[in-house]
Amino acid sequence: MDFTLKIWRQKDAKTRGSFQTYKVTDISSDSSFLEMLDILNESLVLKGEMPINFDNDCREGICGACSLYVNGRPHGPDTEITICQVHMRKFKNVGTIVIEPWRSKAFPVLSDLMIDRSAFDKIIQAGGYISASTGGVPDANAILIRKEKADESMDAAACIGCGACVAACKNASAMLFVSAKVSHLALLPQGQVEAKRRVQMMVAEMDGQGFGNCTNTGACEAECPKGIKLTYIARMNREFIAGKMGAQKMDL
Amino acid sequence: MSNSILQYSSITKKIVMALVGLFLLMFLLVHLAVNSFLIFDPSRALFNEGAHFMATNPLIQSMQYFLFGGFILHIILGLILQIQNWLARPVRYKIEGWSHTSPFSKFMIHTGIIIFIFLLIHFINFFFVAKFGEVPVFADTEMEDMGLLVIQVFKIPGYVAFYVVALILLAFHLHHAFQSAFQSLGMNHSKYTPFIKGLSTVLSVVISLGFIAITLVIFFSSRYQA
Ligand code: HEM
Ligand code: FES
Repeated sequence: MDFTLKIWRQKDAKTRGSFQTYKVTDISSDSSFLEMLDILNESLVLKGEMPINFDNDCREGICGACSLYVNGRPHGPDTEITICQVHMRKFKNVGTIVIEPWRSKAFPVLSDLMIDRSAFDKIIQAGGYISASTGGVPDANAILIRKEKADESMDAAACIGCGACVAACKNASAMLFVSAKVSHLALLPQGQVEAKRRVQMMVAEMDGQGFGNCTNTGACEAECPKGIKLTYIARMNREFIAGKMGAQKMDL
Repeated sequence: MSNSILQYSSITKKIVMALVGLFLLMFLLVHLAVNSFLIFDPSRALFNEGAHFMATNPLIQSMQYFLFGGFILHIILGLILQIQNWLARPVRYKIEGWSHTSPFSKFMIHTGIIIFIFLLIHFINFFFVAKFGEVPVFADTEMEDMGLLVIQVFKIPGYVAFYVVALILLAFHLHHAFQSAFQSLGMNHSKYTPFIKGLSTVLSVVISLGFIAITLVIFFSSRYQA
């Protein structure tokens, strides 16, 4: 397969970037999107040019490092998948591929397609943890948790923090990420100690980091590689209201 | 006041926005009901009584302050949210996203601003005239003939055209707004949310088409003479 690639190149955080056009030829339809970029990078290195910087680590959809905005969509043309798991056969009849970094004030571009997502770490530091007593390992199943709650919590915990929600949102809002993190702890007994404070602290940090507000547009949900649902945002809003009113946690 | 609004968290702003928006929706429904009196009774008597009641009832009159306050709050918050949203993405994408999303949600500020301009014109045409201008007295009553005022304005083609366009945009606003308000308030339920979304569509169409139909009937029918 042959492709024309338009890729955002930017030397470092301070330099202005621009799109550069590259051609790749003879790409196997079974190669992954990142392998295709590897091939391009090797050819750039051979020519003595700087290879294209892009984040990646596990290449199996679990670490959340890869973060490419491909032809107008975070993680490319498929749904519920990270770009590291997308194969080039998905680009049949697509001649030109435009690759951009996530665009958000809170995620400054470090170099080329690599962005600084420490804003997410700051939000987690603000409240995305639980207090646990030290000591011996607690017995498995010592704390009973309703199956539905456990499932819902697990679904929220599936968030890999890649930032596709921010990238997809017209407001660059981080509400889906924060709501997943708030929910997966709020749904479990272990998360109750900080429950009321957690949501306030994490939302305050989210606002402070310069993410946009939520218009309930749903682009985040549509693009989330892990299928995190808008219902978690509603849950976070409930937690937020309950916390503000000093009420007991609403068991909805 | 505006200083403290700026310090509201993003979720607080959305919650206030949603509550105020739902209140404004109530006003639209009442307004539509009163307007429909003109259709049920072309002699204007029913409408004038309705308008007279709205203008003299102390409860309704005190609600007016909440209504104005509500509009101002909704608009200020809408602008603050929107400006923050624009600032959150200083560098735009070369290829804008085309994810499957709620389409009208992307134009809330645009439909909102047109509604606002419409409201201003609407205000000048009716509210100011009723409050400060000369409105003839209806038949042999003490009531002002507000119905006549409405018919006069609804016979002006340019005004009717703008009115129809603005009301279609209002439908776009409400289509997203009603169901979005529930989500903002934390109400999202696998069983009820589809119903709320359906209701959102029905409400936006009924309100918009209702106002438009009344206007067009008055514009085209010879039973209404200015
Ligand atoms: C009768 C008139 C109006 C009604 C019934 C109404 C109702 C609503 C409701 C219920 C929402 C949803 C809030 C939420 O998502 O939680 C909303 C959102 C919004 N409204 Fe209005 N509105 C009206 C007029 C206006 C006007 C005049 C403006 C002018 C700026 C405006 C601007 C906005 C904006 C920008 C949003 C989206 C805010 C966001 O989520 O980012 N609206 N409206
Ligand atoms: S590289 Fe780990 S999720 Fe894509």
